[in-house]
Amino acid sequence: MTLFHIVLRSLRQHALSTGITAASIALAGGLLMSVWIVKEQSQKAFTGVNAGFDAVLGARGAKLQLVLNAVFHLEESPGNLAWQDFLDIQKSPAVLLAVPIAVGDNYHGYRLVGTTTNLFTEVEYLPGKRYRVTAPGRPFEAGYTEAVVGSFVAQRLGLKVGDEFHPFHGLIFDEKNQHAETYVVTGIMEPSNTPADRVIWIPLEGIQNMKGHDAKSAADISAVLIKLKSQIAGRTLELLYNKQGNRLTFAWPIAQIMAQLFDKIAWFDRVLALVSYLVALVATASVLASIYNSMNERRRDIAILRALGARRHTIFCTVVLEAAAIAALGMVAAFVIYGGILSVVAKVIRAQTGVVLDPFAVHPILLWTPLAMIGMSALAGIVPAIKAYRTNVAENLTPVS
Amino acid sequence: MPLLEISQLKKAFLAPDGSRHTVVDVSAFALEERAQVALSGESGSGKTTFLNLIAGILAPDSGGIRLAGREMSALNEAQRDRLRATTIGYIFQTFNLLQGYTCLENVLLGMSFGPGANRVFAEALLKRVGLGDKLNHRPRQLSTGQQQRVAVARALANKPKLVLADEPTGNLDHRNAREALQLIREACRENGAALLLVSHDREVLAQFENVQELHKINRAAVAEAQ
Repeated sequence: MTLFHIVLRSLRQHALSTGITAASIALAGGLLMSVWIVKEQSQKAFTGVNAGFDAVLGARGAKLQLVLNAVFHLEESPGNLAWQDFLDIQKSPAVLLAVPIAVGDNYHGYRLVGTTTNLFTEVEYLPGKRYRVTAPGRPFEAGYTEAVVGSFVAQRLGLKVGDEFHPFHGLIFDEKNQHAETYVVTGIMEPSNTPADRVIWIPLEGIQNMKGHDAKSAADISAVLIKLKSQIAGRTLELLYNKQGNRLTFAWPIAQIMAQLFDKIAWFDRVLALVSYLVALVATASVLASIYNSMNERRRDIAILRALGARRHTIFCTVVLEAAAIAALGMVAAFVIYGGILSVVAKVIRAQTGVVLDPFAVHPILLWTPLAMIGMSALAGIVPAIKAYRTNVAENLTPVS
Repeated sequence: MPLLEISQLKKAFLAPDGSRHTVVDVSAFALEERAQVALSGESGSGKTTFLNLIAGILAPDSGGIRLAGREMSALNEAQRDRLRATTIGYIFQTFNLLQGYTCLENVLLGMSFGPGANRVFAEALLKRVGLGDKLNHRPRQLSTGQQQRVAVARALANKPKLVLADEPTGNLDHRNAREALQLIREACRENGAALLLVSHDREVLAQFENVQELHKINRAAVAEAQ
């Protein structure tokens, strides 16, 4: 019989309180790890996603809104820009690639994004990776009412090659606003784990010439996605459009602009983290309360152990170890809770933004949280351990009637 | 040299009225190795306190206890714990078995604070006390007589030189009491342990060749009686 066996037996003897306390540790640990990882991963994912572009050119407005609209397909467009603006920047020696996009319609809530076919032939969303269409599909052809459906949309709406659909006007689905045009699905995109998965891509002219759209803005576009030749080129264009001009906005660099989003909601992160820390503190306090409250019924067992020759510090260590063991049990379950929370959050974030989180990515916090929770619980165990240490053997050897 | 030598041993407790109440005042007592001595005494005569002092569970106010050649007053608490674990087996009136442990585990637990758990010897001891078929039973699954036998096996688990028995038959019926007493005495003999038993039961005391009256040894008990 070792110290470990004595602790294990005590945990079994107090199975109900052990279970409840371990469950509170599990919830606290799971929540703490989830909050931390969701924050870290979403920040990393959102600032890492640029769909293969360095900058966005759009109507005068907030850079963040422009990036969210053009790259993440979220938010309203800040306005349109003329086709000539696209031609101008396309010809700029600082620009390697310029892809125009136009938005304004949806199909069951999923955006239709008008663009040019070079999205499939020239854009690398990650080094060496291009947007591809799965066999037997093909990219749409310019000027035709054809569509390539993002993998997530295809999965959600059950669209397949050859299917036909009528788009709906606006970015928010309203069945009363159906367009008359019929689009044919020519391809389904291979999953790219980028926001491109959750839109329907159609030829630029499709959005521009959709019946019911303002004829005056038929040649307009919503934004231009830009791949620069160099970093210096970005500074030049930023100076040109943002400082010298007052009609357009040049949003560059995308990662830095997305980081501003997280800076804006940093207070929320801090509140969430504070709540998690408080929950963790309460959970470790519950370890203290649970063991401390059971000390009266344990006193006789402790006295017997001492009469058998157990030293005071052995009893002390047993109680501290028991507190740590409850936390360790709780943290095993915490990983299950963490996995559950992350899976749900990752699904929601993917559905809403197309950005993919990896719930099973290894992060140091997944090591530090269990260690901290076990350490704090062991510290909390010191209080009842002192009580156990001071147990009067002679007084407690007789049964309590 | 005797196994146990006691001289000028005193122990007092604080009474509720604030005065000090002397419970043990023994000027001299000795016990030879392998001897079997019964101490007779009524309730409140300081029997349990006397045994707890010998076991090192309580520290005396003054006086000396020399056990197996070691002066207990010279030992710190941890050393006294160690001496208790290796030298003394204690049998209680209320058995004091740990309810969450099986019979075998109760015996093994007693060993783990001494020389270390020895499963073969623990099983042999339980077989010796007639519980070979109840190794994995928990105390509450046993009769009171059987529980006391587990306590006897546990007391002998570390091959102690001295077994202290505090009213070991107090909770047993007549037949079980006789059997338990016989078992304790035989088991001590077989294991070469001395036995110091305290009881107020005349039938129990009648089984011993060497019976000493506690009130003749403990002056505090005399004072209490007066």
